[in-house]
Amino acid sequence: MKRIVPKEEVCIGCRLCEIYCLVEHSKSRDIIKAFLKEIPRSLPMVTVEEKEATSFALQCRHCEDAPCVAACITGAMYKATNGTIQNDKERCIGCWTCILVCPYGAIERDEREKKIASKCDFCPNLETPACVANCPNEALTLIKVK
Amino acid sequence: MKMPEYVIIGNSAAAIGAIEAIRKKDKEAGITLISDEPYHTYSRPLITYFLANKVTWQQMLYRPKGFYRQNKIETKLGQKVTKIEAKKKEVVLENGEKISFNKLLIATGGKPFIPPIKGLDKKGVFTFTTFDDAKKTQKFLPEVKKAVVLGGGLIGLKLAEALAQKWIEVTVVELADRVLSLILDEAASQLVELVFIENKVKFITGQSVKEIIGNEKVKGVILDNGDKISCELVIIAIGVIPRTKLAQEAGIRVDRGIIVDEFQKTNVKDIYAAGDVTEAYDLILKTHRPIPILPNAYLQGQVAGLNMAGKSATYPGSLSMNSVTFFGYPVISVGLTSLTAESSDNGFQVLTKKKFAQRIYRKLVLKDDCVQGFISAGNVDRSGIITNLIKEKVKVSKFKKKLIEEPLGLIVLPKNLREKFLKLGS
Ligand SMILES: Cc1cc2nc3c(=O)[nH]c(=O)nc-3n(C[C@H](O)[C@H](O)[C@H](O)COP(=O)(O)OP(=O)(O)OC[C@H]3O[C@@H](n4cnc5c(N)ncnc54)[C@H](O)[C@@H]3O)c2cc1C
Repeated sequence: MKRIVPKEEVCIGCRLCEIYCLVEHSKSRDIIKAFLKEIPRSLPMVTVEEKEATSFALQCRHCEDAPCVAACITGAMYKATNGTIQNDKERCIGCWTCILVCPYGAIERDEREKKIASKCDFCPNLETPACVANCPNEALTLIKVK
Repeated sequence: MKMPEYVIIGNSAAAIGAIEAIRKKDKEAGITLISDEPYHTYSRPLITYFLANKVTWQQMLYRPKGFYRQNKIETKLGQKVTKIEAKKKEVVLENGEKISFNKLLIATGGKPFIPPIKGLDKKGVFTFTTFDDAKKTQKFLPEVKKAVVLGGGLIGLKLAEALAQKWIEVTVVELADRVLSLILDEAASQLVELVFIENKVKFITGQSVKEIIGNEKVKGVILDNGDKISCELVIIAIGVIPRTKLAQEAGIRVDRGIIVDEFQKTNVKDIYAAGDVTEAYDLILKTHRPIPILPNAYLQGQVAGLNMAGKSATYPGSLSMNSVTFFGYPVISVGLTSLTAESSDNGFQVLTKKKFAQRIYRKLVLKDDCVQGFISAGNVDRSGIITNLIKEKVKVSKFKKKLIEEPLGLIVLPKNLREKFLKLGS
């Protein structure tokens, strides 16, 4: 299983990770269409935190023993067979119990349609997640664990 | 039949937590699951969403359809356990069948508390804790224009929300002077009440129902102060109490709930208990008490399951915590919350941030520089960061003020702490 590791020393706070994440999770996967044509616009599942000179990008850590999976009151949050944590939007009701227990604050509220939790899905269609692949300064890296 | 290694009574969060844990360690040994509810495991909190037609039965399944098959579970659904023979290591079902076990888990959850009120037997009086309750109530709704919900706690309010969404005139009667008094402070209660009032739900606080009136069918209720409210439906949602009868009769130690140690073991060998039926160690109040919330039920079930399968695991204790939305308005409450700034003596400190116009409120209760509880209303984003600080007993004196600011983020934590949490460098 792989993990995405942020490196705040080299993060320049450009937020390209957010943009490429949004595009990857848009319908068209086209940067222009995703921003101009798709309404509602999809959400980035990675967040850049920034304060003064410090910045880093953060997305779901795909915890081994994920608190959000244990706490999910509907069963929507689950560990997929590939070890990533996924959210079944069909069963999510937006109670935000996952937000209550995620120690990283890595789950976003998707208020667009059904009020569902939105989080990093590790880009199932890509070899390397979009945020990592498009970081200009290797402030997001992929490491192998276990 | 071959004797199953494990027998589990219950088919909800605690039971599922146990099954998933057992199967991590023991892929083969027989597991028999018994539940008096005749359904596939479902999400209990969704029953009010079902009532409001917000979810279908398919969407209520707590685990996917093939769950029992994949986990090689022998199920006995719709069958009640009437007795646990602790010495003989067997459970007895209503139909007389006996099932022996090597290890037993009692995950029988809670049952509604019903106060002694006159007129409970009338048509139109319901409790609301099971899918059957939801179906029965739903069937009855065509006859209902007005409803009274008895109890302004979480279940009562979720019910009031669902009924209001079905265009029923709802009055919530609550004995305390405000709603959600167990998990919120006055300011947050007020914000929640506001949302309900805008959605045409009425509240009567400081009152209880003395009598339910009507002939065969409910026609209304009479309050302690003599006031009468007319309605066709009364739902009792005062609270749930641990369903301990089986355990008690089997000689298992029970106080308010089943008493378990940190391994989720009862005082009887090879019998474990988890979930709403137990008393949990409250990490903040440092006492044992029932804390009937789903995340804890699942985690306790998990710890029980691991121990039953021979792997030592301990349950650190529970935080009382809730995240809930009402008509889309989100509220989170963790730990000790109802301490006010004025009454903050005994070394407690209270920090609050109010933006009432935007309906945003955050409150932090601290002692010895550690967060003991917090409330987030209106904007709950990234609240888990604070929950984690409570669990990890982190000294927050250097950055506590930032914890009530928006936006909340890991960036407000000192770098070393952030790196520790993110497990960087390890
Ligand atoms: C309307 C509503 C809303 C809720 N909302 C929330 C929420 O937002 N967040 C939250 O954290 N929690 C919420 N809860 C609480 C949550 O549902 C419980 O904490 C959780 O279900 C506890 O799980 P459990 O496995 O301990 O027991 P339960 O869910 O109570 O299940 C007990 C099981 O035991 C079985 N059983 C009992 N006795 C016997 C017997 N003698 N023989 C055979 N089977 C038996 C029952 O059939 C059932 O399957 C809500 C509850 C309700 C009713």
